[in-house]
Amino acid sequence: MSRKGYYGRFGGRFVPETLFPALEELDKAYDELSCDQAFQKELKELLSKYCGRPSPLYFAERLTEYLGGARIYLKREDLNPTGAHKINNALGQALIALRLGKKRIIAETGAGQHGVATATAAARFGLECHVFMGEEDMRRQALNVDRMRLLGTEVVPVLSGSRTLKDATNEAIRHWVAHVEDTHYIIGSVVGPHPYPAMVRDFQRIIGDETKEQMYEAEGRLPDLLVACVGGGSNSIGLFHPFIGDPSVRMIGVEAAGKGIETGEHAATLTAGRIGVLHGSRSYLLQDEEGQIIEAYSISAGLDYPGVGPEHSAYMESGRVEYTSVTDREALEAFSLLSKLEGIIPALESSHAIAQVLKTAPGLPKDCLVVINLSGRGDKDMNSVRPYLLEGVEA
Amino acid sequence: MRQLGNVFNKGKCLISFVTAGDPDLETTRSLVLALEEAGVDIIELGVPFSDPQADGPVIQAAGQRALKAGTTLSKVLDLARNLKGDVKAPLVLMGYYNPIMSYGEERFALDAAEAGISGVIVPDLPFDEGEDFYSTLDRQGVDGILMLTPNTEERRLIETGRRGRGFVYCVSLLGITGQESGFHEQMGEYIARVRKHVSIPLALGFGIEGPERAARVASIVDGVVVGSAIVRLVEKFGHDRKELENNVKPFVTSLKNAITI
Repeated sequence: MSRKGYYGRFGGRFVPETLFPALEELDKAYDELSCDQAFQKELKELLSKYCGRPSPLYFAERLTEYLGGARIYLKREDLNPTGAHKINNALGQALIALRLGKKRIIAETGAGQHGVATATAAARFGLECHVFMGEEDMRRQALNVDRMRLLGTEVVPVLSGSRTLKDATNEAIRHWVAHVEDTHYIIGSVVGPHPYPAMVRDFQRIIGDETKEQMYEAEGRLPDLLVACVGGGSNSIGLFHPFIGDPSVRMIGVEAAGKGIETGEHAATLTAGRIGVLHGSRSYLLQDEEGQIIEAYSISAGLDYPGVGPEHSAYMESGRVEYTSVTDREALEAFSLLSKLEGIIPALESSHAIAQVLKTAPGLPKDCLVVINLSGRGDKDMNSVRPYLLEGVEA
Repeated sequence: MRQLGNVFNKGKCLISFVTAGDPDLETTRSLVLALEEAGVDIIELGVPFSDPQADGPVIQAAGQRALKAGTTLSKVLDLARNLKGDVKAPLVLMGYYNPIMSYGEERFALDAAEAGISGVIVPDLPFDEGEDFYSTLDRQGVDGILMLTPNTEERRLIETGRRGRGFVYCVSLLGITGQESGFHEQMGEYIARVRKHVSIPLALGFGIEGPERAARVASIVDGVVVGSAIVRLVEKFGHDRKELENNVKPFVTSLKNAITI
């Protein structure tokens, strides 16, 4: 980081003045808690007893055989409570909210995964919780709305703009501006103003820390290739970050190409965007020539975001991480294939990472060690994939 | 240019905000003329943005209407250039950072100066992130207007006092534009705290919905900003310029009288 809150020329704090005291308070508290033994111990306990961590690093034997190249491992974040890696961050930030003495928490959600994770953490700690969700997303993800309500959270419909994730984020920021004194905002990805990208990354880096240890146990060495999907980029940063200083480890972040980059209907921010400022930080963005934000599209609601974490933008520019993209159709094929070969139904988000490995692995040597971050499970996606499966798209 | 400071010398200043291009740029043009005629001292032209984080529903909707009508930053600058000869009240642009960044900071500063823009307010570009941008504006003689809120800490008040140009925009509450509740309780104490560190004029905005509230705050600040209340009239009467004028003028005059007396 060149200056605090910056990754190269990305990051920063592009927010209304009202939020500065809260961001500074959070930054200070976070710095203190990062080296506070008691806090770290409490979080560790919670992740182990409540979430069942460490999540397994599973050798995907049949997938490995099928592809005939590298040895493929799956980091099983899909086994977390609430079905994805999102809970790692929600619990960590809920603990911070408690330390800050905030009684209320708010969050934005697109598909509802981060909303459900936050609602879960709120229930666990008896915090009042409001989740902002686009009206359109509430309709598409009705089951997650029910789950959040069951957990005692109030789901606030967002009627502004395109009524999806970016608008839910705007609304959460507006609400925070007006309630900043007693409310903590739990952002769900490595986006937003400093310290959020760093803080969310640090709560997710447990994915990579565990992977490193587990790979040593299984194979006695570092992996050769890490692959993860990138929307805002929290699961991928979580896996990648502990390996950034290991030059032998290659990393691929996979964005959603939707219906194809050339159609304009995609969410491939790093592949096809340009630099701008949204939701408090400078990073790559999907925007038109006038600097208006463009709606992202992907079959996977969790990748459907027109921005990306600033740290990813920096890794792309430095070349440390490669970024590619995978279409809806390729992701669906991977979704279907992993279900049949391993008995694991992956989230559509994670299916993008699998699809990339389907392309890359056959060309790799047999002793090459590959880790795919299986960031979530696919039960939530059955409604979205049903029409395609009936159509016979499966591999 | 550099006329903002002078305007405040003439007495309490009425500043009005309208979203440029809502419902179209021609209407904005005639509205600006009507506002000046009715007594507005400084006119803020809002540049519409797809994701306006500091704005409430009224100004959000106005931005959506303006974008739908094809309004862009270049067209707003064209409007300002076109108004230059006809309006004496200084024009201030208020817009979010991304469209400006996309336009190019240097190019924006040059074009804004050339279009006769006196000042620029960018709510999501605090002074620490906007150091280059604000000095670029300064070099072109355009005032970079900074915002303060009731919870701003002393260190930032001092920096704002040092870097602010034209006037400082004091937000009246913790919240967004058009929000009528949560008006800061110790307004006198807040403004006094700001004055300790800021020597240029202070304008107060957000949540000032009519003459009564305007009158109440006018005694402690140098200017009052009214936005959503005027934009609401545009929403209602914007389809008919004459009708809009007939409704905006008496409202603005009542505001002006309220802060003058």
